Amino acid sequence: MNLKLKIWRQEGPNDQGRMVDYQANNVSDDMSFLEMLDVLNEELIEKGDDPIAFDHDCREGICGMCSLFINGEAHGPVKGVTTCQLHMRSFKDGETIFIEPWRAKAFPVVKDLAVNRSAFDRIIQAGGYVSVNTSGNTLDANAIAIPKPDADKAFDAATCIGCGACVATCKNASATLFLSAKVSQLALLPQGQVERKERVTKMLHQMDEEGFGACTNTGACFVQCPKGISLENIARLNSEFRNALLS
Amino acid sequence: MSKLNAQSPAGPLEQKWSNHKGHIRLVSPANKMRIDVIVVGTGLAGASAAASLAEMGYNVKAFAFQDSPRRAHSIAAQGGINAAKNYMNDGDSVYRLFYDTIKGGDYRAREANVYRLAEVSASIIDQCVAQGVPFARDYGGLLDNRSFGGVQVSRTFYAKGQTGQQLLLGAYSAISRQIAKGKVTMYSRHEMVDLVVVDGKARGIIARNMVTGEVERHGAHAVVLCTGGYGNVFFLSTNAMGSNVTAAWKAHKRGAFMSNPCYTQIHPTCIPVSGHHQSKLTLMSESLRNDGRIWVPKKKEDAEAIRAGKLKPTQLKEEDRDYYLERRYPAFGNLVPRDIASRAAKERCDAGFGVNKTGEAVYLDFASAIERYGKTEANLKGLKNASKEEIISLGKKVVEKQYGNLFDMYKQITADNPYETPMMIYPAVHYTMGGLWVDYNLMTTVPGCFAAGEANFSDHGANRLGASALMQGLADGYFVLPYTIGEYLADDIRTPKIDTNHPAFEAAEKEVKDRISFFLNNKGTKTVDHYHRLLGKLMWDYCGMARNKEGLEYAISEIRKLRDDFYQNVRVPGKADRYNPELDKAGRVADFLELGELMCMDALNRNESCGGHFREEFQTEEGEALRDDANYAYVAAWEFQGDPGKAVLHKEELNYEFVKMQQRSYK
Repeated sequence: MNLKLKIWRQEGPNDQGRMVDYQANNVSDDMSFLEMLDVLNEELIEKGDDPIAFDHDCREGICGMCSLFINGEAHGPVKGVTTCQLHMRSFKDGETIFIEPWRAKAFPVVKDLAVNRSAFDRIIQAGGYVSVNTSGNTLDANAIAIPKPDADKAFDAATCIGCGACVATCKNASATLFLSAKVSQLALLPQGQVERKERVTKMLHQMDEEGFGACTNTGACFVQCPKGISLENIARLNSEFRNALLS
Repeated sequence: MSKLNAQSPAGPLEQKWSNHKGHIRLVSPANKMRIDVIVVGTGLAGASAAASLAEMGYNVKAFAFQDSPRRAHSIAAQGGINAAKNYMNDGDSVYRLFYDTIKGGDYRAREANVYRLAEVSASIIDQCVAQGVPFARDYGGLLDNRSFGGVQVSRTFYAKGQTGQQLLLGAYSAISRQIAKGKVTMYSRHEMVDLVVVDGKARGIIARNMVTGEVERHGAHAVVLCTGGYGNVFFLSTNAMGSNVTAAWKAHKRGAFMSNPCYTQIHPTCIPVSGHHQSKLTLMSESLRNDGRIWVPKKKEDAEAIRAGKLKPTQLKEEDRDYYLERRYPAFGNLVPRDIASRAAKERCDAGFGVNKTGEAVYLDFASAIERYGKTEANLKGLKNASKEEIISLGKKVVEKQYGNLFDMYKQITADNPYETPMMIYPAVHYTMGGLWVDYNLMTTVPGCFAAGEANFSDHGANRLGASALMQGLADGYFVLPYTIGEYLADDIRTPKIDTNHPAFEAAEKEVKDRISFFLNNKGTKTVDHYHRLLGKLMWDYCGMARNKEGLEYAISEIRKLRDDFYQNVRVPGKADRYNPELDKAGRVADFLELGELMCMDALNRNESCGGHFREEFQTEEGEALRDDANYAYVAAWEFQGDPGKAVLHKEELNYEFVKMQQRSYK
């Protein structure tokens, strides 16, 4: 198939960006979206043009590095997958595709479609961990039984890949879904209890510091999340925060 | 040629590590505060090492080429992590894990290291659970285990098909905690582009800030390389796009010996190649072999009909299918080690029984597992007269719970539904057992330069067992290196902060800058990927699943020509002082073009077959790998001498004190 691409180009964080037209020809159904861009980039390099910068690494949908806003949707039209797992069979011959970076104040553009998501790291650094040393001299792993439903819910929350689709999708550019996933994971496990109150308070504070917006319970984040992180986690986050404030 | 000494401690196997650990020299807390350690790479080995070293009191600088330590490719490991916990009460023990790993590695690993690995494995699980890693649990709330290739017990802990992700996020949380404390300084989007050696000791690195393009000098008392494997030398592999050999290769060029580079793991269950545009291959976890049965048609005409699209696999009767692993290896069946499963798939496809359009694929079928699980579920639910449809539907739900994310990924990539039709799989490059030579303390031949995780060669011999990479990465990072590094640093407590104005830093920085400006001013006509693809094809055809003398010699001469062509005709766009991924890629491919030659030389030197290294000239009558213990029971360690083709071979003899070397059998 042949496609028209309109791609955001921006030299650096402080430069003015713009949409630029490209043509992608002879695209096969089996190509992934990023492979389609690889081919375009090779053509650009051969022509002496500047290739399009975009983030990607594992190309298996798990590292969270890829991050494209495709036709107005984070990670494109297919639900539950990252951009690297999106294949061209989801598009039609002759279609025009708009490709933009994540847009949020807390995610400044590095170049073109690549953005800086270190704000997420700083939210985790504010308390997204259990303060245990790595001596290995802890309890035996089976010393505390964890009810399977709790373990499963903690796992579901922990599958967040930190890609930032939730932020890019949210009209407030809020990182609440991301934050709630980590807070939930640790709140559901016995190992996370000791620092429970401190954790949620510090992480929420850091989210505000980074310039993310507040949550207004729209739920767009969950719709676009490639890992299906549930809104239940945001409810749990709110209750965790309330408990931390009141006790 | 010299003989290398691994410094393995003497004494009984089970006391080596505890004795050694009890006598390693210590660095006092006050002195640790004055010592800087650089850790390159923040995957399982790197993040765990950085966190542990910082916790002990050292000042750590950690480097990653990704935008966050959470993205290293350890995250993509699917199936699980081994540990000798014997929770399943199936006769597992530290010795058995040790023995399975030695045998799985085809008797080409170092006994003392492997035993240590097995010994600390149980602590890894305790540690991870304490960090809040959500491993799979049973209905009693206790940890669940499954089985992996090459073993007859269930010792693999898992978190669905995302075990690597959960373990990496655990290590990431540990390093994040130290970053918050200011004990680790994190340099994301930084690539190590050279090792700096001052008076024979590793004293720092040159790194390129990939966003600003700035070339930076970083000094430290020791440098720890946790930079993963070099599978991307094959262009197509299951590695991440950015995975590369550059850090390890630069260390090699500065004096670190490269060991057994030809030991490459070709993973049997990957999604087959679909076309020329393909950028990478995707693994389907080995855990699927717990429940999936591998087969090809028994009759060639059926295989041909399937390839032509005239016949569907589900239409083929049971008696017309050849479950070739179960047939050839009844004791281990579908759970033979990876090297054996891969070669068996290649053998069937080469013989004309392959199934997709290209003829390079075999089936991985879940139909019987779905039925089996469905029956159990029906019994549990008290459905005595459940229809076949009900059973299948119940079974699908169980399979979905266990492997749902893998099935989804398969469907997304191939547009086939594996709940309804068997998966098609084919072997692909996955892991590299070779790497930087290290002694028992994980130190390379450059004093002060250490290597951990996949970057070193030490624990897996010629073939790694499934679910052992995560184990080794975390064992090295949490429980081995933080202690053994003291032995070296104890002598360094009087060394002040490393002066990065030293001429060695200056010279290394100049070399880096010259290389960058060479690439940008070369103005050739061909892209970096063009060369990478050609190199990959040479490596896959001649140094892949099967190798022979003639092919390897041909590959060596072709790689040399390709390297010359690369330097003459490569085109790298953009500027030096900007974000420029093509420039980063050019540097990595330049190193792959050198490594590829050394891999072929190593494969050519090893006139035997062992594990993942299969020389067609050396096989048994049944087509199994034929080792030559009299002449090749050694670790090959190559010393760089100005050009990869001039590398000098050193040997570390493998003395098996506790296990008897024998012909590996999984029949």
